[in-house]
Amino acid sequence: MKTIIVVGNGMVGYKFCEKFVNQSQNKEFKIIVFGEEPRPAYDRVHLSEYFENKDAKALEMAPRSWYEENNIELITNVRVTDVSRNSKTVTTAKDAKYSYDYLVLATGSSAFVPPIKGIEKEGVFVYRTIEDLDATMNYVAKIKSEGIQKKAAILGGGLLGLEAAKALIDMGLETAVVEFAPRLMPRQLNNDASKSLQIKLEALGIEILLNKATQQLTGDNFITGMQFSEEETVPFDMLLVSAGIRPRDELAKTCNLEVGKRGGILVSNDMRTSDDAIFAIGECALLNSMIYGLVAPGYDMAEIAVSQILGDKEATMPTAIDMSTKLKLSGIDVASFGDALNENDGLEIVYENAFEGVYKSIIVNKEGTSLLGGIMVGDASDYSMLHQIFLNGMKIPENPAQLILPAIDGAATLGDVMDLPSDAQVCSCESVTKGQICGVIENGEAMDLADVVSCTKAGTGCGGCKPMVADLTTATLKSLGITVKDTVCDHFDFNRQDLYKIIEVKGYTTFNEVLDNHGNGGHGCELCKPLIASLMATIHADTANKEYAIQDSNDRFLANIQRNGTYSVVPRVPGGEITPDKLIALGQIAKKYDLYTKVTGGVRIDLFGATLNQLPLIWKELIAHGFESGHAYGKSLRTVKTCVGSTWCRYGMAESVSFGIELENRYRGIRAPHKIKGGVSGCIRECAEARGKDFGLIAVEGGWNLYLGGNGGANPRHAELFAEQIDNETVVKYLDRYLMFYMRTAKPLQRTAAWQERLEGGLDYLKEVIIDDKLGIAQDLETEMQTLVNKFECEWTQAVNDPEVMKRFNHFVNSDEEDDNIAFVSLRDQKMPQPWV
Amino acid sequence: MQEILDNYKSVLDKDVKIWFKAASVKDFPTDGGACVKYKDKQIAVFNFARINKWYACQNVCPHKMEMVLSRGMIGDDKGLPKVACPLHKKTFSLENGENLNGDLEAIATYPVKIEAENVYIGFQE
Ligand code: SRM
Ligand SMILES: Cc1cc2nc3c(=O)[nH]c(=O)nc-3n(C[C@H](O)[C@H](O)[C@H](O)COP(=O)(O)OP(=O)(O)OC[C@H]3O[C@@H](n4cnc5c(N)ncnc54)[C@H](O)[C@@H]3O)c2cc1C
Ligand code: SF4
Ligand code: FES
Repeated sequence: MKTIIVVGNGMVGYKFCEKFVNQSQNKEFKIIVFGEEPRPAYDRVHLSEYFENKDAKALEMAPRSWYEENNIELITNVRVTDVSRNSKTVTTAKDAKYSYDYLVLATGSSAFVPPIKGIEKEGVFVYRTIEDLDATMNYVAKIKSEGIQKKAAILGGGLLGLEAAKALIDMGLETAVVEFAPRLMPRQLNNDASKSLQIKLEALGIEILLNKATQQLTGDNFITGMQFSEEETVPFDMLLVSAGIRPRDELAKTCNLEVGKRGGILVSNDMRTSDDAIFAIGECALLNSMIYGLVAPGYDMAEIAVSQILGDKEATMPTAIDMSTKLKLSGIDVASFGDALNENDGLEIVYENAFEGVYKSIIVNKEGTSLLGGIMVGDASDYSMLHQIFLNGMKIPENPAQLILPAIDGAATLGDVMDLPSDAQVCSCESVTKGQICGVIENGEAMDLADVVSCTKAGTGCGGCKPMVADLTTATLKSLGITVKDTVCDHFDFNRQDLYKIIEVKGYTTFNEVLDNHGNGGHGCELCKPLIASLMATIHADTANKEYAIQDSNDRFLANIQRNGTYSVVPRVPGGEITPDKLIALGQIAKKYDLYTKVTGGVRIDLFGATLNQLPLIWKELIAHGFESGHAYGKSLRTVKTCVGSTWCRYGMAESVSFGIELENRYRGIRAPHKIKGGVSGCIRECAEARGKDFGLIAVEGGWNLYLGGNGGANPRHAELFAEQIDNETVVKYLDRYLMFYMRTAKPLQRTAAWQERLEGGLDYLKEVIIDDKLGIAQDLETEMQTLVNKFECEWTQAVNDPEVMKRFNHFVNSDEEDDNIAFVSLRDQKMPQPWV
Repeated sequence: MQEILDNYKSVLDKDVKIWFKAASVKDFPTDGGACVKYKDKQIAVFNFARINKWYACQNVCPHKMEMVLSRGMIGDDKGLPKVACPLHKKTFSLENGENLNGDLEAIATYPVKIEAENVYIGFQE
């Protein structure tokens, strides 16, 4: 038996093992893997998720047991310090010696830290390992506990730097990206694209400092700022360095393998180093004078090394290696592929729409017959398709500009995913082709997206291909006549719409009735319980007090739970209009209960920091002053934002406040698949941001323009113009029908925007249903909505008037004491929860 | 923070020294939970009526150390009774406290018995 030693248990080292054990001859080899990090290989590409959930296990490529099951000896927390090529042995830091027949170096790279004066100071971090993130988070918590707003700098405006910036801003720091080059992502974007991206990042609150050469870091022990020139020093409380990578070739140097001038272990296209028995793969390998800092080429290298060791001398890396990238920042679309910077004299076609923040450019050959590269900022929805066209050398339209011009009337210019050739590589990280994806469905191995992913591993790398994998899966299933199953959870074989019909027809009124008669024999969970609670509310106009144990946790206590287990209180202020007396009452109540007070983004006032026991006391007083629940906790109508309109504004064309109040009062309390927001603007200047809401109205000459299906959030979408110049009555009629149709047919937790976008037939179909009543259900929809409107009851008023319900708000069942674990600290004359550690 | 967690150690039926009478059965919601105070401990107690069983565990969620688990929703994960934390929906087995959707430390669980319509929780001290 021969021994293969793999040094480095990172993404590529792991992939080598995985590819090896999938080979039939693997029994003839023993594999020993050394990893310097304390844990088995994890998904570095998704490292940023760790900031969010601190769940290291979730990132593991495979659990430790996988190595055991596959006869791989995994030795973590041990660094290999020496290689003796003569005796074919390696030595570890613990001085143990191991012999090999083949040695695979997969030592990756380390973060490059430029030799700036002061870089050794406390408060300077890199971004490469879980330990790096732990250290960063500890420092953030430490400086944040000092109470004043802190500011972090990111050195480097590349892919990683931007990801890091988003993570830091999410942690509540002010954040600035410092880049030496005159533009962001200098390797992927041109100046114009960078400008578009900059605007988007600035909108997220990230400051961008370009053309900045850092002279030194200031501060005695810990960093206090960065000096860019004699005149310019900017204060910072911490620094995250993301200035590129350095291949880890130190081991190769100890045994005199050839390395590149600027680092990297020299390999030929069979992945062998200057010693035939030693391979180098992944980010430590220097191939074609390049370090490929992406997983996909690393995985290909692993595959080649496996084939070579197993005797396939023909296996070599392709000459052209795809370096396309898509930034993984939620809410920001940036992608580039091929010769994005047009370094080979292609012809460039640019589409720029500063109004919508979209920049796209493509490079085509002189004949205009093939796509050579491209950049997209602000809208990368066509990235996968363009990337495929590029990779597969597919034919492009006679007028190539069509590839990036916005589609008119929804007419697709890019064709269907099913038109791709069967050998089109859809997932480049895992080298999965369209044929393989369709194949596992066609031969019955996979029945849904989850199956496809687990059978083929497509989408498990950078995740950029996921939308395309999903589209291919749906299209293939459809072509086989299989409808895609979307059950709500393990407890039911039905989707939301099925359950809606079941409850309606059978007249069930409790969760247990539905579960016992139509469930799979289980006892429900946090997915199906609130879903059925919501359906009961829509079908029977139940409030959240009816069956409170199945309500989502916020509905159960009619308030939003906050960081420290206290709650916020948001009374309804319809349309944002409030009398001075009511304002005073709010202030007095907030003062009495020592609540943190803030004006919300939804034009009303939020009182934070109420304990469970205080909630009913506070609400009793609010109700006495004429307030009612604002349903800020429910998947229900939140606010209808208004501008002052013709009542006060010199430009106003209609009484937007009056109409906004009418609509808010009409739809208050209804429960829906997700929350619903409205906006009413008195003229086209649109001060109420109505087009960013689920329904929006803008006053125009002759009536209202009605917009539907907008939202803010992570994937902002403008509402679409649905009807023009209609009167108040027609607005209400259309809205009743629209909202009810949405409530009947959307998926759980699907906002109107996502629902509308996926509605087959699109906006035209919606118009047919709602305006032309094509399905003949308009009358039913209106009646159902009217019933809900008539049956409205304020659930907080219900609660404070019922001693049984009041009991729900005791922190303890056996004591009147409050939770003694809650701690506040002071903040700008108010208070806030003690930060989490 | 560790101190808070150290205050909660699982108790097995056989090790119970004190049966603490917490409250009446009717003080607890059906298929839901409420919090019981015992000395300096906060214990979440769940009436899993669908399977006619009662469970008790620490009220503090090991994720962010907030006293909230009693306000979580209960249900089952392939037959295993569980509770979902109301803050970030981490789920824990009510049988052995194990974190089912992550690698958080297991929560401490306590025996419960019902006698004469009263709920008792078992402690060692
Ligand atoms: C309080 C407030 C922030 C503020 O201080 O201003 C807020 C606070 C929360 N928002 Fe918001 N949002 C608030 C206005 C907004 C707005 C602005 C607006 O309404 O015009 C938006 C963008 C518009 C939109 O909804 O499309 C907004 C988009 C979100 C989203 C993303 C929704 C999406 O479709 O992508 C979430 C997450 C979700 O609901 O799943 C969210 C979720 C939340 C939650 C419920 C998160 C949570 O579960 O704890 C926060 C609850 C805090 C609390 O307990 O009160 N919040 N949130 C605002 C309350 C408005 C109100 O009076 O009710
Ligand atoms: C935050 C972040 C986001 C990223 N996003 C993307 C992305 O979106 N798309 C993409 O394609 N790529 C992305 N990357 C890059 C990608 O993670 C790397 O290309 C990939 O991890 C390289 O794998 P590797 O195995 O070569 O190196 P590594 O994953 O670095 O693994 C090398 C391992 O070897 C160990 N080691 C080194 N020397 C020794 C020794 N002497 N003895 C024992 N062990 C040793 C190291 O400790 C390390 O664990 C990202 C990287 C980061 C940090
Ligand atoms: S209030 Fe909204 S945007 Fe702000 S942190 Fe909470 S969910 Fe995020
Ligand atoms: S505090 Fe319980 S899941 Fe986060």
